[in-house]
Order: sequence, then C-alpha cells, then structure tokens
Amino acid sequence: MTSLLAVLIDGSIYASWLFLVAAGLTVIYGVMRILNMAHGSFYAIGAYSAASLVGWYFNNGMGPAWVSYLLLVGAALVAGLIVGVIVERGLLRLMYGRDEILMVIITYALLLILEDGMKIVWGVSPYFAYQPYSELGRTSLGLLKVSNYDVALVGVSALLGLGLWAWLERTNQGKVLRAVIHDREIAVAMGVNVKLMFTITFVLGTTLGALAGALTAPAISVVPGIGIEVIVLAFAVVVIGGLGSIGGAAVGALLVGLSRAAAVHYAPEFELFVIYGVMSLVLAFRPEGLFGRTLARKI
Amino acid sequence: MRLDKTEISLGLVALACVLFGFVSPGWLIFLLTIALAKALVVQGVVMQMRSGLVSFGQGLFYCIGGYTVGMGGQFFGIHDAIAALSLGMFVAIVVAMLLGLLLTRYREIFFAMLSLAFSMILFGILVKSQELGSTDGFNVHDWTLFGWAPEAGAGSQHTVFTMTVVSGLIVAVLIHRYTKAGIGVICEAVRENEVRVEYLGLSPRWLLYGNYVAAAAVSALGGGLTALATGHVDPEMAYWTTSGEFVFIALLGGLGHVAAPFIAAIVFSFVRTYAIEFVPHTWQMILGFTLLAVIIFLPKGLWSLVSREKTGERA
Repeated sequence: MTSLLAVLIDGSIYASWLFLVAAGLTVIYGVMRILNMAHGSFYAIGAYSAASLVGWYFNNGMGPAWVSYLLLVGAALVAGLIVGVIVERGLLRLMYGRDEILMVIITYALLLILEDGMKIVWGVSPYFAYQPYSELGRTSLGLLKVSNYDVALVGVSALLGLGLWAWLERTNQGKVLRAVIHDREIAVAMGVNVKLMFTITFVLGTTLGALAGALTAPAISVVPGIGIEVIVLAFAVVVIGGLGSIGGAAVGALLVGLSRAAAVHYAPEFELFVIYGVMSLVLAFRPEGLFGRTLARKI
Repeated sequence: MRLDKTEISLGLVALACVLFGFVSPGWLIFLLTIALAKALVVQGVVMQMRSGLVSFGQGLFYCIGGYTVGMGGQFFGIHDAIAALSLGMFVAIVVAMLLGLLLTRYREIFFAMLSLAFSMILFGILVKSQELGSTDGFNVHDWTLFGWAPEAGAGSQHTVFTMTVVSGLIVAVLIHRYTKAGIGVICEAVRENEVRVEYLGLSPRWLLYGNYVAAAAVSALGGGLTALATGHVDPEMAYWTTSGEFVFIALLGGLGHVAAPFIAAIVFSFVRTYAIEFVPHTWQMILGFTLLAVIIFLPKGLWSLVSREKTGERA
C-alpha cells in the first residue's frame, strides 16, 4: 500500500514537472509547426539564470526567503523573454515556410549554439540554489516524507495548465491564436497579424521552458547538459499527447510520470526504457498521438 | 561487370588510402579510421534522406554494431573480426526488420522522433545493465583476422584502417549502383511526392522499409568498425546527440554523391579534433553556426561546391 502511494505521489510530482517542461514545446508546435529541439536549452537557460540569481541573493544578503521565490520566477521571465525575442526575430523569422523537418534541424543547430553559449556565460562548474527547496520543509504522509516544494510544484503546474487553457479558450487573443492553428492562410486573409502571433507564441513558449528550468533549479545542481537530457523527455510527452495539444501534454505527462514512478519502485532497471516504451506503444496505435488531429495526405 | 567512372575513381582513392596507411603516422590513421567508420553510419542516414526521411536515431544501429562486436568477443568467443562484424550487421538487420514494420508508417518529424525514441530505449537498457558496464561500457576483446592476430597497438590499428577502407569501398560501390538503378531513382520520387509514386503502382512503404533495413546494416558495420578501432564501446553510442552528429555530417556532405559522406566525415573529424583542442567550449557553437550556414548557403551540402562548375557549364 505504501509503495502504491509512493508511486502515485512520485508519479504526480514527476508528471507535473514533465508538464511544465513540455507545455512550451507543445504550444510552439501547435501554432508555428516548429518542433523546437532548442527547448531544452531554454529550460537550461532558465535554470542557470534562476540558480545564479538566487545563489547570489543568499550569498550576499540575508533577506527574507520568500523573496527568492519571486527571484526564481522573475529570472525565468526575463531570461525567457530576452532569449525568445532574440531567437524568433534573429533566426526563426528568416526560416519560416521551410519543411517541418528542416526546422527541426535548424533548431538543433540553435541547441548546439545555445549549449556552448551557456558554457561561455556561466562556465562549466555547477550552480546550486537549494535554499528555496529546503526552506519549505517536508510533510509526513504515513511512512513517506514528501518535500513541500515538490507538492507546490504540482500546484504551480496545474495552475499553469489551467491558465494556458483559459487563455486559449476564453480570451479573444486565444481565439485568434486558435484560428492561426486551424488555418494560417485564412487567418491572414481575415486580418490576423500572424507574424505578431508567432512572436507572442514563441516568446510564451521559451518563457514557459525557462520557467520550468527555474522552478527545477532548486531541486538539482545546474550543470552543462541538463537541457539535452530534458528535451527528449519533453518530446516523448508531447508526442504521446499529440503534438500541439495542451490537454494532450497533460495526459502524456501523467502517463509518463506514473509509469516511470512505477518502474522506479518495482523494476528500476526499466526506468528509462518505460518512458520511450510508452511512447512507442502509443504511437504504434495512434500515430498522431492521443489527442492529435489526423491530417489528410496532400497530393 | 563494367565499372563506371565513379567506381574506378572510388577504387583508386581507396587504393591510395591503403597505401597511405603504410607511411602515415598512427594518430592520423586512427582519426581517418574513425571518420570513415562514422561515414558508413552517415551513408545509412543519407540513404534514408534521399527518400525524404531524416533519422534522428541512427545511433541505434551504430550502437548495435559496436556492442555486438564487443559482446561477441566477451561472451560468445567470437574473436574473428569479419565474423563479429557480420554478426553485428545480422543483428541490426533483424532489429531493423522488426522496427521497420512500425517506423515505415511514419514520415517527417514523426519518423525522426520515433527513430530517436527507439535509440533512446536501447540507451536506457544499456545504462541500466550492470553486466555490460552500465554507463562506462566495456572494452572490446582482442580480435583476429582469419586466425591471424595482428600485434596489439599500431599493427591492429593499421589492420582496422585497411578493413574500414575496404568496407567503405564496397559499401560506396553498392550504394552508387543502387542510386543509379531504377529503384534508387524512385527513392527520390518518393521524397518529392509519395502519393504519385503510389499511383504509379509502386509501394513507397516497402521501398522505405528496404532502405531502412539496408541503412541499418551499413550503420552497424560502421559501429562495429568503430568498436574494433577504439577497443571500447559505451551507451553514448545510442544517445540521441550521437545520432544528431550523423545527421549533421549527412547535411554537411549533402546527397549529391556517394563520396560526399566520406569527405564530410573526414572534414568533421579534423575540425573537431582541432576545435576541441584549441576552443573546447565553443566547439558545439561552431558546429551550430556551420549547420545554419550550410542550410542557408549550401542547401545541397559541401558536395555542391565540387559539382557547381559542371552545372554552371550546362546552364
């Protein structure tokens, strides 16, 4: 019983983390049809910015701890905004209209550039910002001790998901965005400023990625290469859910999160296997993912 | 069997390489061996690219080839290099025949992602298997060639080099013939418009399937040769960044000629060796910018630099 509870708790914590990481990826794909390989780098940039800012805060001033949470989020927003605008305006804008697969390769080039860019800015030694994590303490659930920070992460992730959904489904801007997703050309013809929508979407996506990194930073040591590990996990999640679907990303995250937690507890040697195993299984039966749209083949 | 101009020049270059192996310093031999072995994997990527599929998981077969050679010597007493390499290709073919049934239903980014997922599955298994050295991998047993054991160090290095050049030549000639044959030309038609090929009464899916399996065998050969040359295998071979490197080399060379992947791989290896030595933290950045430059300015790869003159004359 305890182990089942542990699987459920670990699974939902991992799932909420996965959703945070995958949300930006799926939003960008949904609107722009770009499968962004550099998304993991945005995650890493967010983690680095947050870790260096929070680390600086605790090393220099002994201010109240709650400020550090604001710093985490603030660092992510600023970093995501800056990098997002630079990348969209400076690189992607020149490349729109090319094959989807070529865009994958272009963002792969971007990933390579950003990975080394981070090494130049932050060096190769690890950054720590554990204070926000340890500050919240732990809660006992029966025999289990759960970190409150992780529990809060579940809440943040759920809120973020709801917020995204509400923005897309309940606001005017969201409606316009859905029009772009549905048919880009008709949207242009109806007077939608698609270029602007692209910029907004991409910056939103990078900021989400950076936010995921910033919120993860207190729980890990921030080292080079974390983005490269994360991106393939995010791929698995969004591909399972159906590329471009936010609800799909949530379901994919839950599916991957719970199955990985189960694997860790019952068959640890299958930890990594199970993630991609689930992905392959879903794709074998539903090539467009659980919530993806089937597209007609064009001649 | 009549040889055309390309085949004769390939043969001559290969002969020159083998002769060069006798006079060249050891480090250069090693570098060239790894580059050519990688080029074989890239040939697999290119074969699929010609029909419009980009595999971000070719590392799967590279790794299978390497690990089969390693495990053959370690656990099954297969010490003969040719036997081990053939076994690696055989295992890769069997795996590809199974995975291909699923993968050939996908195109574009879905093919890329799913092939990546399969290679990550292998990575996940290898990382967790203690008997195979987990993340460290393990050393490849000393090997023999038809019963003859090359002396350790320089001797075996030289032998692997010759084997790699010969394998490269055989693969290159086979692929060259394939691309010139009718069925090879259809690959490009599939890339341009798959539905029309179907209307013409051909099955693109089985063509892609055949391509996938053949590419797997070629890539496994490259992996096996790498294992023999370095004397070591580790799970990194199946990690997705390794596959990304193969895609990079493929794009660098382009699809224009069967020799392009070899040239691109050699250029890549040299640049990397020097870049890592002199600018270790900007090596990937250089790669990234090069990739962008190739996509923007040389969409047909390095080979278009060589072939540009000819097309210019015709125009």
